[in-house]
Amino acid sequence: MNKIVSKEHFSENVIKLEVEAPLIARARKAGHFVMVKVGKTGERIPLTIAAADTVKGTITLVIQTVGGSSKKLCALNEGDYITDLVGPLGEATHIENFGTVVCAGGGVGVAPLLPIVEALHKAGNRVIVVLAARSKDLVILENQMKANADEVIVMTDDGTYGTKGLVTNGVESVINREKVDMCVTIGPAIMMKFVSLLTKKYEIPTVASLNTIMVDGTGMCGACRITVGGKTKFVCVDGPEFDAHQVDFDEMILRLGAYKEIEKKD
Amino acid sequence: MTKEEQIAALRSEPWRETLRKSMKNKERTDIPRVHMNELDATYRSHNKEEVNTGLTAEQAQQEAKRCLDCPNPTCMEGCPVSINIPTFIKNIERGEFLEAARTLKETSALPAVCGRVCPQEKQCESRCIYTLKLKKEAVGIGNLERFAADFERESGNISVPEVAASNGIKIAVVGSGPAGLSFAGDMVKRGYDVTVFEALHEIGGVLKYGIPEFRLPNHIVDVEIEALRLMGVKFVLNCIIGKTISYEDMHTDGYKGIFAASGAGLPNFMDIPGENLIGVMSSNEYLTRVNLMDAANPETDTPVLQGKNVAVIGGGNTAMDSVRTARRLGAERAIIVYRRSEEEMPARLEEVKHAKEEGIEFLTLHNPIEYIGNERGRVVQMKLQKMELGEADASGRRRPIAIEGAIETLDIDEVIVSVGVSPNPLIPRAFQGLEVTRWGTIIVNEESMQSALPDVFAGGDIVRGGATVILAMGDGRKAAAAMNDYLQSK
Repeated sequence: MNKIVSKEHFSENVIKLEVEAPLIARARKAGHFVMVKVGKTGERIPLTIAAADTVKGTITLVIQTVGGSSKKLCALNEGDYITDLVGPLGEATHIENFGTVVCAGGGVGVAPLLPIVEALHKAGNRVIVVLAARSKDLVILENQMKANADEVIVMTDDGTYGTKGLVTNGVESVINREKVDMCVTIGPAIMMKFVSLLTKKYEIPTVASLNTIMVDGTGMCGACRITVGGKTKFVCVDGPEFDAHQVDFDEMILRLGAYKEIEKKD
Repeated sequence: MTKEEQIAALRSEPWRETLRKSMKNKERTDIPRVHMNELDATYRSHNKEEVNTGLTAEQAQQEAKRCLDCPNPTCMEGCPVSINIPTFIKNIERGEFLEAARTLKETSALPAVCGRVCPQEKQCESRCIYTLKLKKEAVGIGNLERFAADFERESGNISVPEVAASNGIKIAVVGSGPAGLSFAGDMVKRGYDVTVFEALHEIGGVLKYGIPEFRLPNHIVDVEIEALRLMGVKFVLNCIIGKTISYEDMHTDGYKGIFAASGAGLPNFMDIPGENLIGVMSSNEYLTRVNLMDAANPETDTPVLQGKNVAVIGGGNTAMDSVRTARRLGAERAIIVYRRSEEEMPARLEEVKHAKEEGIEFLTLHNPIEYIGNERGRVVQMKLQKMELGEADASGRRRPIAIEGAIETLDIDEVIVSVGVSPNPLIPRAFQGLEVTRWGTIIVNEESMQSALPDVFAGGDIVRGGATVILAMGDGRKAAAAMNDYLQSK
């Protein structure tokens, strides 16, 4: 049981929870995720850790209400408890001084991108963040990004904020004006697919952090398996970050829909 | 007193002498083996009620009479946890059922579990004098074990084994499956301060996520865990050693010994085309959804695919558990696909028998070579290579050979791959200095179960790669004895 110490609405469908988890806060690194289960009959879902405070002994999770399980989690309030929380899982992000790094985030993928931006910046990289959202209300963590990046470019689908266009337009504008050594992308699978296609064209090494269906999150079930460079990999123990140019995103997108037809009512 | 002297002393107690003399051996061996009571196959194949319903007291006492109370009980040599088999059986014969249960608990942390899932025909019963000398059906040791454990639980008079005075030494157990629980029970009895760390949200490991309700109900496992708790074992859920807490942290926290029993965490796949289609999954995933997450229950949040034509690849106990689960979840055709013949199947005979009674089809000498999907990425067909048997291979079983050109196609909407597991890499990756085999299993001294790190012992599937509940429990006992020696000699 882990207590929720604060709750904040980033937008109508995006919630930030700060949760008591001192051991996880101490052990986690950028890129790690946790498995969360709400209620005795709840489902286990993976969530990437957005931040941690070792002094307060808390971790921060940012959740978008998509399915029944995320709704249940978002319905919890300050002072409530998360029934089961385990982590940190997965391999941490590989951080070094690459030179100039573009970090492209969309949707709630922006949240797990934040600790990576912080770590890359600390390691001496020039970090340019491209934040993408459908419209102005859905842009999250812009100020926190600004505090840790050399530049933040905001893209919105409808042009209500920043520049009108897709995340790929933002990334390409940077590539066109300066040398980019590395790209990190986190967001919806379809977005990561197109970022990956773009950077492949320019031969820029790219890492994508994948969020697939998982049951245990520790390597036991294989529900999270994807194809990387023609080989089957488990996102939970081999990832969650992979060479985006090698990931079969089309297969991953199909697999994400495995339970769409039978998703239970909440 | 040596073990042999102890066995002899118990055997020469007056009640036991009298009981032995109350019947001639010939009368005992003339009694036919009492068979386990079972639910009707048609009825049980649509629900998750336990298939075996146990023996009645009369049946158990009748079966107990068959045991000759041998002076040299070879059955005990076949038991990895050295249960005093004649002592518990003779207690059943004389009607002292609680005393029988107490005897079981002296050496086994999980008698109600072992009585259900141990392959006794390969362990104790294979060494029974009826099997070895008389060429008759062995004494039903497993069925009797289950009877005694169930009797005690249902009576409400659950005995808690004696525990030595606390020595204050902290011991950590990684994983709460059969190896870990067995180790924890033995160490807490010796007075150690034992904490079991479990990665999942339930205690029991494979007993909970793997073995289905119809073979091992979860509430039975919970009662045995409760007994360990009463003895003083502490449990920490949702905690992954090597991730949440590092090896170094454990030293800081004062743990003097660690028993790694994290299991065989990684499912094997066959690396054939189409294996990542939707509807193809590991038996670990399928069974975890159904058993641990109760996914077939509409009241829970976890979904599970419930195919109409389900193929399960493999011939082991896990394959049988999966195919029988699929049947219970509504599969019209639930098919075992196995590349050898039925004779080579590693599954227990009882499981194969039960599966057949429940309408499971057996497609032996067939090996999947490709899965075919529809436009939405869902599996709809599988291609099967027909096989024939050649010469014996390293395992002593005849090797399956592909019959060239003999390829069939089968319509299916769900495939469960049950072709073994590999060790979980979390522990070997997190403990610097551990030595592992090329398969990723931890290398230990076979006598002591001690690893290359002196304070780390290991057992169960993380060492064996994929074995049984009782072998894992045997490892736990061995490791506990050796770790005790190691810590006391320091």
